[in-house]
Amino acid sequence: MNKLNWLKPQWSILPVVVFFGVWEVVARFRLIPGHFFFPPFTTVVQEFYHLTANGVLADNFFSSLIRVLIGFSTGSIAGIAMGTLMGYKENIDKTLHPIISLLYPIPALGWLPILMLWFGIGELLPIIIIFICSFFPVLYNTVTGIKTVDRNLIKVAKTLGASERNILTTIALPLALPNIFTGLRLEAGMAWRTIIAAEMVAIPTGIGALLMRAESLIRIDIVIVCLIVLAGMCLSFEQFFIYMEYRLTGKWR
Amino acid sequence: MPTIELRNISNFICRNISLKISSGELLVLLGPTGAGKTTLLNIISGLTPYEGSILFDDEPIDKIPVSRRGIGYLFQDLALFPHLDVRSNIIYGLFIKKLGQDEIEPKLDEMCALLNIGHLLGRYPKDLSGGERQRVALARAIAPSPKILLLDEPFNSLDIKTRKYLRIEFKRILKGLGLTTIFVTHDFKEAEEMGDRLAVIDSGKLEQVATPQEIFFSPNGDKVADFLGSPNIFGCDNYEVLGNGLVEASCEGLTIIMVWDGEKLNKIAISPEDIYVSRNEPPGPSINRFKGTIVEEISHNSLISLKIKTKTKEILARIRKEDFISENLGAGSDVFFILPLRNLRGV
Repeated sequence: MNKLNWLKPQWSILPVVVFFGVWEVVARFRLIPGHFFFPPFTTVVQEFYHLTANGVLADNFFSSLIRVLIGFSTGSIAGIAMGTLMGYKENIDKTLHPIISLLYPIPALGWLPILMLWFGIGELLPIIIIFICSFFPVLYNTVTGIKTVDRNLIKVAKTLGASERNILTTIALPLALPNIFTGLRLEAGMAWRTIIAAEMVAIPTGIGALLMRAESLIRIDIVIVCLIVLAGMCLSFEQFFIYMEYRLTGKWR
Repeated sequence: MPTIELRNISNFICRNISLKISSGELLVLLGPTGAGKTTLLNIISGLTPYEGSILFDDEPIDKIPVSRRGIGYLFQDLALFPHLDVRSNIIYGLFIKKLGQDEIEPKLDEMCALLNIGHLLGRYPKDLSGGERQRVALARAIAPSPKILLLDEPFNSLDIKTRKYLRIEFKRILKGLGLTTIFVTHDFKEAEEMGDRLAVIDSGKLEQVATPQEIFFSPNGDKVADFLGSPNIFGCDNYEVLGNGLVEASCEGLTIIMVWDGEKLNKIAISPEDIYVSRNEPPGPSINRFKGTIVEEISHNSLISLKIKTKTKEILARIRKEDFISENLGAGSDVFFILPLRNLRGV
């Protein structure tokens, strides 16, 4: 078995190498119609290097990253806090559930027109969009996580002298972590998809805006660079939360 | 350790229950499923609302919240915290009380020594066997030095062998600690083995509180007798000591040999399930072997109750349906039945 283990990483890389190889060959030798819009992989790599070297990619990337980090972290923290309250206190859940149920189905980008009028086009706008995008799913997952904690565990904690706050911090929240992480993992990727869409539509800076400018100049290589950055960030964020989930809950699940 | 007194306790299940448990006593709450046993434990611990009054050492505790009642509660499903390792599970109550490390460590060592769980400290509940989980849950319940211990059918999910072993061990530990304890079970044999006194509960009502022997030989009404499986009771006219710890008693026309504890023998009892019934004469010595005729058969799901008439007494036996069919038994069949020596109880 051990002798074969070293083969595993090679096998997982192979499809990626084949994919880029086929792409390069098909584009380089113009094997498909409309090849003007399909640059070879090496051209995209060159453009990636060029955009990185002149700082354009970094400027736009960091604009998007900061928006995502602020919007996602505030949205998630608010979602976890309110989800915890709603999951733990039935009367709060009963009060807020109808409003949340009404607002949750609205896609984050659906808020864009009204938010543009309320807050104008500025740094606050994408952050609020990301906040909304993260808040509701994390809230729902937290509520589910807290509500599905075995009631007997809470009863035992009470008999051992735990206060409501003790129960929340030492039992309910840790046991809700798997559900909370499911929400965070899914929404981390979604936050990037949403920010790109918002920047494409309404914000003049960021990866989404760069992508739109490249599209208007028919610079497909830059568009692809932007998409690769987006894919990389979605994947990195998701992997980060998978890692964190494993670190925090892997031992006992 | 405090005495516990329940005065006219009622709620949606329990009906007007009054009961007094002495300091350091191990009382077994016995009853069928759905009788209200767990509800009564929840009431005592403060987890379920109730009417009436509960007193610890003559002091009412009705207004004291569950977290300050000083109760150790071992739940039926044990409810070990899955996200905490064994060590953290055991010290949870001490940690909540904000005790210092200098107090927590000796207590943890004491629990490990008492329950022999020192080697499990770094494991998580999912990695423990059934018996190990029981010990850890007990350690967690008694580590904060509770005034009262409530055990809700703690051995339910275990195999017979582990169950028997843990019963003996738990009883030794509990007696050693001198805790006032209420132990819930639906198994009379377990109750008899664990308890000083038994309280039989059915449909939320306390039916009888007495020693296991008193309950077995003098069940208070049909409900208790039914729950115990309607044991056969023989009044003894006289008996003769045979030596080697045996006695031969003459009871209602039957000569019965049984293990003797040296006490005066008035009655002998045996559960219907413990009687061996056969159409053919069983091999071996003719001790406690009698002949009779089946006069009635009553079918329960997988068991058949047989009323067997001898010349002087009607006996109730209960056998498996497969045995009933394979032995080709039925009303009117002449049968042999044996009262096994070890299953006879005397009073």
